[in-house]
Amino acid sequence: MCSLCGILGCDDHWTNAIARPGVYTRNHDMPARRAEAARRLKAANDILSYRRVKLDVWQGRSYVVTSPTGASSVFEALSHLWPEAEALAGRDFDPLDDALISWMEARGDA
Amino acid sequence: MTPVILLTGFLGSGKTTLLQRLLQDPSMAGAAVLINEFGEVGLDHHLLDRIDDNVVLLKSGCICCTVRGEVADALSNLDSLRARSEIAFDRVVIETTGLADPYPVLQTLTAHPVLRSHFTNGGVLTTVDAVNARLQVEHRAEAVRQIAAADRIVLTKTDLTEPGEDQALRDRLTRINPAARIMTTEEPVETILGGFGPAAFAAALVSHETHQCGPACDHEGHHHHHHNAHSDHNAAHHDEALGVTSFSLVIEGEIDWTMFGTWLTLLLHKHGDRIFRVKGILALEGEDRPIAVHGVQHLVHAPTHMTHWPDGPRQSRIVFILEGLSPEQIRRSFAAFTGLSGVRAAA
Repeated sequence: MCSLCGILGCDDHWTNAIARPGVYTRNHDMPARRAEAARRLKAANDILSYRRVKLDVWQGRSYVVTSPTGASSVFEALSHLWPEAEALAGRDFDPLDDALISWMEARGDA
Repeated sequence: MTPVILLTGFLGSGKTTLLQRLLQDPSMAGAAVLINEFGEVGLDHHLLDRIDDNVVLLKSGCICCTVRGEVADALSNLDSLRARSEIAFDRVVIETTGLADPYPVLQTLTAHPVLRSHFTNGGVLTTVDAVNARLQVEHRAEAVRQIAAADRIVLTKTDLTEPGEDQALRDRLTRINPAARIMTTEEPVETILGGFGPAAFAAALVSHETHQCGPACDHEGHHHHHHNAHSDHNAAHHDEALGVTSFSLVIEGEIDWTMFGTWLTLLLHKHGDRIFRVKGILALEGEDRPIAVHGVQHLVHAPTHMTHWPDGPRQSRIVFILEGLSPEQIRRSFAAFTGLSGVRAAA
């Protein structure tokens, strides 16, 4: 159940609806599932590190974001990632912000 | 999954007339209909010849917020009646009020924990009054949102317009929503309703690529192909009077789905209220078949795998319809987040 809105099964994010190993194979092929989960964490952390926020899996079922001062917040669905991360960082993540774009470009060049 | 067709269009644009015509067609014999009306007394349903158990009148007026619950309740109720074999239907048509933003209804279909397992978005059909459209789109934001959300635009009252007016209107509608197919009410019902889905979607994107502008179209795509791929700041349709811009990202190379999903989710989180529409056909890493993605404002529908690439180059293409955001900044952001260098903005 989603802790914010109380709706069952709300981690049905649109990014899940794609036939790729580790996405549809919820009850078998654990290595593929773990690989997909790791890819998602890495993609999110690439962006979150801009404000020194870190995302991790919490107890295998939920997610936790942690700020540089050690504050943390647990949530159950990736769809809540950005509001949670912004609340913790105290600033927003705007993908059209020049500074964030330049920072992502620099990471890509590194 | 039962498809739900959303019939929308501004006040007086001919939604009910079109609905009457659609319901007379034998292919629509199995359709259930939800009608929403603005005002204290519902009238539209009296205009429909067919009043039976499959016609539900939504009484709460404005569809924007409160009626989302009512749409959900009405669909749940229809589904329960069908499960008990009390009625039968194979599709649903929802006629919105003329002032409705289609987004909340689409969101209800996608996000409702029960409905999303039984119903699917069957396409958005928007009626546009050929006589009054210019005034409506310039003065009513709802009319623009309805056009931007459309998969099909049906021009009504074209018999009352002067020669040449239609083409000017079509060009303008293309500027607002390049990915929608534009037709008139004279088209056969199977043309108006047929072929919603990934194949038609891809065809619309490809036909947009080869769109032939009329004299009234200020689309600068004719010229921008001569520019440097990254500097064509005119590579967009822009409607000055409306502040609405549409453009495509054309992407060489395969896209990493995980990073794309993260980027688009973040973009819509920050700017979804100014992005009326996102439609794309994507070449993904590790996938032979193209993927179609489709979003309205903050909402993205479940992506679909298409059976094959449409004719033409095998390249990803994402159409955006937005207001107040820079196409060049979106191009730069996409390239930076996905690490792809061959990304250009095109009209």
